[in-house]
Amino acid sequence: MLITCPYCGPRDVIEFTYQGDGNRERPDPASQNFEAWNAYVYDRLNPAGDHNEIWQHSGGCRTHLRVVRNTLTHEISSVAFVRGDHASTARRKAEDKA
Amino acid sequence: MVERQSPLEPEFHVGSHGNFEHGVEILLTETRPGSIVQLAAWPGEEKKLIAAIRSVTVLALPDGAGGGSSDGVKSVFGFAPGKFTVADEAEGLAAAFAKAVTPAIGTVTDLSHGRTAIRIAGPKAEWVLAKFFTIDFALPAFPVGAGRSTAHHDVFAQIQRTGADQFDIYVFRSFARSFWNALCHASEEVGYEVQ
Repeated sequence: MLITCPYCGPRDVIEFTYQGDGNRERPDPASQNFEAWNAYVYDRLNPAGDHNEIWQHSGGCRTHLRVVRNTLTHEISSVAFVRGDHASTARRKAEDKA
Repeated sequence: MVERQSPLEPEFHVGSHGNFEHGVEILLTETRPGSIVQLAAWPGEEKKLIAAIRSVTVLALPDGAGGGSSDGVKSVFGFAPGKFTVADEAEGLAAAFAKAVTPAIGTVTDLSHGRTAIRIAGPKAEWVLAKFFTIDFALPAFPVGAGRSTAHHDVFAQIQRTGADQFDIYVFRSFARSFWNALCHASEEVGYEVQ
């Protein structure tokens, strides 16, 4: 499986670390809403198809990435920096298209 | 200054090795830069950091992820968004950057004692490195001066191409000897010379 890092270009999956489901929304740390915390910790969509995931390019530029991966085919349909302000440095993509 | 000891020393055997009867196709050496510095810009301060790199090293960073340049004495390349590795044959680079990179622009980390720089050169350099790293070493994909961060068996490595058939590899000092041994083994079949 190849993941195309917006900074480094296409890299083998061994360079990446899975950081979990990208659909979770963390409750306010001060929140006492146990249902919200329970949902954050345990509830997963487990879809058969496109899945939002967070990956870290731990064996490369070490940025965190928002990846949409198809759980049936492993096809990666989108990769973007979790931090939006990194988008200006995502220049490898433009090079690849050239 | 205190003389720095090389972690490669017990395994650093100058001369030709391996299958070199038909010629040496790999040159291995340790470049021993006096300074290795890592720079990181705060979000939005990347351009100021690039200007500071230019003012300290007189090296201009080309546009593009992983872009870099080298004049044979000083080298710089990007290895992550807003982050750069700079090396210099002379010591004192960290002090120079500490003045140019203010706390509002970003951070300066002196890695001079934390990394070991290994140079691999020769007509088979790309071929040997391709056995180690799953990245494209062809010249159009990896131009001269450019840098790449990748890993070999979880040993993080930063690679800069400093010539058409020459690469400088920065590895953790504590892993450098085992990486060096692996590099020597991988070079045996084409014949290598340690300089």
